[in-house]
Amino acid sequence: MHELSIVASIVDSVTETMAAYPGSRVKEVRLRIGALASVIEDSLQFCYGLGTQGTPLEGSTLIVKILPVRMHCDGCTSDVEIASLQSFRCPHCNEPLTDMRQGRELELDSIEIEEVEATV
Amino acid sequence: MTTRIVELRQGILKKNDELARGLRSQFETAGVLVLNLVSSPGTGKTEFLQGTLRELISSGSRAAALVGDLETDNDARRLAASGAPVRQINTHGICHLEAEMVSKHLDGWNLADLDYLFIENVGNLVCPSSYDLGEKIRVALLSVTEGEDKPLKYPTIYNSADVAVITKVDIAEAVGFDRATALKNISEIRPGIRIFETSAKSGVGMAEWLAYLAELRPLR
Repeated sequence: MHELSIVASIVDSVTETMAAYPGSRVKEVRLRIGALASVIEDSLQFCYGLGTQGTPLEGSTLIVKILPVRMHCDGCTSDVEIASLQSFRCPHCNEPLTDMRQGRELELDSIEIEEVEATV
Repeated sequence: MTTRIVELRQGILKKNDELARGLRSQFETAGVLVLNLVSSPGTGKTEFLQGTLRELISSGSRAAALVGDLETDNDARRLAASGAPVRQINTHGICHLEAEMVSKHLDGWNLADLDYLFIENVGNLVCPSSYDLGEKIRVALLSVTEGEDKPLKYPTIYNSADVAVITKVDIAEAVGFDRATALKNISEIRPGIRIFETSAKSGVGMAEWLAYLAELRPLR
């Protein structure tokens, strides 16, 4: 259950960024998470609701894009997606795979902010 | 009302990653080999480390350990019996160690006086995999009592390991441990990984493990 720690890191980074946009509010926070990053989306969403309360991120939507594991296969001399996380073998030539190109990402990709019009 | 997208493109655990990078270069400069031990609770990390420290200290190597637990300093006290400097890190509910906790607990130690520093992580097969501690080698342990399919259930941590250690092999027969399947499963998740089969209690396999540690140690 380290999802709450992850949410706390997201809150810190986004709050820092928002300092440059006074009068704006956060609408959406978009993440890129590798399939092998050991983060459960449901649990992340649950913690997001809790961990953003009372912060500039409160009420915003969390969008999680899961990235499949991509490995380089020496046999096929190309990057391949593994068929399951239970076998690190090339789905085409059955070669064991050790060279990971994608799958462990834990990235804050972007945020969508809304400029709230100043009231006169 | 206008909306706009602000690109951030940064690691969520950026702070931890930066701190870990700093630690790694600090360890390299000091010439100390740092290993991070990860496994489920009850695999026998402390027993294995106790045996390792005892052997290293008695053969004249300079080894120290940081040991992470949610509560209690029981493990630190067990490890200190080896004669090695040991510090307990209590995470108070946090399920993994972070680079900052490691960094704080190094205060007052002269790293250049050490050959090896072991970091025993909190017993957990999920969360520790995301937190770089600046280690050179990540050791994933699996005991014969846990079930041969554990690496398949927790591919993230076993895939992130540099070396695997099977513990408690002295009771393998009694618990019906299927050795061939366990070895195959580890290798399916991390092809080519070096696997040690050990019992800290009986001493089986410890000589191979210690020889590996000696190989890894850069010459001063």
